[in-house]
Amino acid sequence: MEYINIIFLEVYKILFLLVPVLVSVAMIVWLDRRVWAFVQKRQGPNVVGPFGLLQSLADALKYIFKEIIIPASSNKVIFILAPIITMTLALIAWAVIPFGENHVLANINVGILYIFAVSSLGVYGIIMGGWASNSKYPFLGSIRSAAQMVSYEVSIGIIIINVLLCVGSLNLSDIVMAQNDIWFVIPLFPMFVIFFISALAETNRPPFDLPEAEAELVAGYQTEYSGMMYAMFWLGEYANILLMCALGSILFLGGWLSPIDLYPFDLIPGAIWFIFKILLLFILFALVKAIVPRYRYDQLMRLGWKIFLPLSLIYVVLTSSYLFYFNLLPTI
Amino acid sequence: MKITRFLKLIFMTDFIGGLLIAIKELFKPKKTINYPFEKGKISPRYRGEHALRRYPNGEERCIACKLCEAVCPAQAITIESSERADGSRKTTRYDIDMMKCIYCGLCEESCPVDAIVQGPNFEFSTETREELYYTKEKLLDNGDRWENILAANIKSDNPYR
Repeated sequence: MEYINIIFLEVYKILFLLVPVLVSVAMIVWLDRRVWAFVQKRQGPNVVGPFGLLQSLADALKYIFKEIIIPASSNKVIFILAPIITMTLALIAWAVIPFGENHVLANINVGILYIFAVSSLGVYGIIMGGWASNSKYPFLGSIRSAAQMVSYEVSIGIIIINVLLCVGSLNLSDIVMAQNDIWFVIPLFPMFVIFFISALAETNRPPFDLPEAEAELVAGYQTEYSGMMYAMFWLGEYANILLMCALGSILFLGGWLSPIDLYPFDLIPGAIWFIFKILLLFILFALVKAIVPRYRYDQLMRLGWKIFLPLSLIYVVLTSSYLFYFNLLPTI
Repeated sequence: MKITRFLKLIFMTDFIGGLLIAIKELFKPKKTINYPFEKGKISPRYRGEHALRRYPNGEERCIACKLCEAVCPAQAITIESSERADGSRKTTRYDIDMMKCIYCGLCEESCPVDAIVQGPNFEFSTETREELYYTKEKLLDNGDRWENILAANIKSDNPYR
């Protein structure tokens, strides 16, 4: 009986985390389209619901009722598995994201490592989808995507090392608490910029949306997908974007900490600040989508390996020597 | 020269400039309209859905001269006429096949009494082809419905005819 109670409690907790995440993914798609339209002086989706807020739900409903087409020459098991893996991996990473002082589903000691591992696994969903489609555009798209994500993960990893040097812990809550005095965005500003750009590349957002470059690859690895399976890719993609925004705000913008430690601002719960910071980063994502042209593939690789990797490595050396010289290394 | 370019690259001045422009554009008024709820302005010369007009006393203007039928390049108009009891010649049939029509406006131009006109309505799509075979009743009904706008359009366009 006790076990059943524990299981129910956990399931309740998971639902309490996942349902808001999924709803905010739907809202964020609307926000993305809306910001994009506003920059281009268009109206964007504004018909379904107030300000068009329910547009994503209407889209989701449409996807649910559409037929799922499985190509005859595809590897059916892997073809069906790919979107499921993408979405699952995008969602399980949220388990370790702290929304407040103690508001975290799994407060594990290697939280950042866990997120990094899960987001690396995300490549598999894309490769499987592209390969199982047995068609040339998805295959090329998935290869591009895999190469892109692998290259930019290297620089993200080294950027995270910068932060870890200052914190001395892999626990995400500890990382946030270490920013009580000063957010890492100030001492590590160049790293924040590189993290932001790498996050764009990691989540296949413009200007790095080569895997889905319409002009060249139709829709990349999603070409053969339709109906709910396509919607799952799409949900996973936006959940990943949201995750990257959350990670950015935890690593650099002080997570749930209030920016000003004064009386009226203290009363606002940490989760609100956290959501506010995620939204800020996401609006930046959306604005970047509106203003930049797409990178060429060799430019993308050059940026990742020849500029970001050396820069972040140099910054690791700088940070560690600074911390060592002034004897500021965190005690473990 | 090279140093400035390098500094520009490092501090991403172009990118930040673009971002600022984007943020500025974000708050400017939108150029697009909410189409089904608000519509753009249409010229008085706009050639939309056809209509047959009446005189203010309710008599139909068309005298069945068949000039529109003759001029119609798509041969979309079919007219049959007969003499009425009061001795005036009127149409008994006035059909326009809206699927043949190319909306050139020649019928409107050829009409000596401003009977057949093309109004400002462009939202008359239907679900079946049959609904697009316009009969005399339908055309006269259109004329009654749009008369105010049609009269104003003809009046404002008059100096240029």
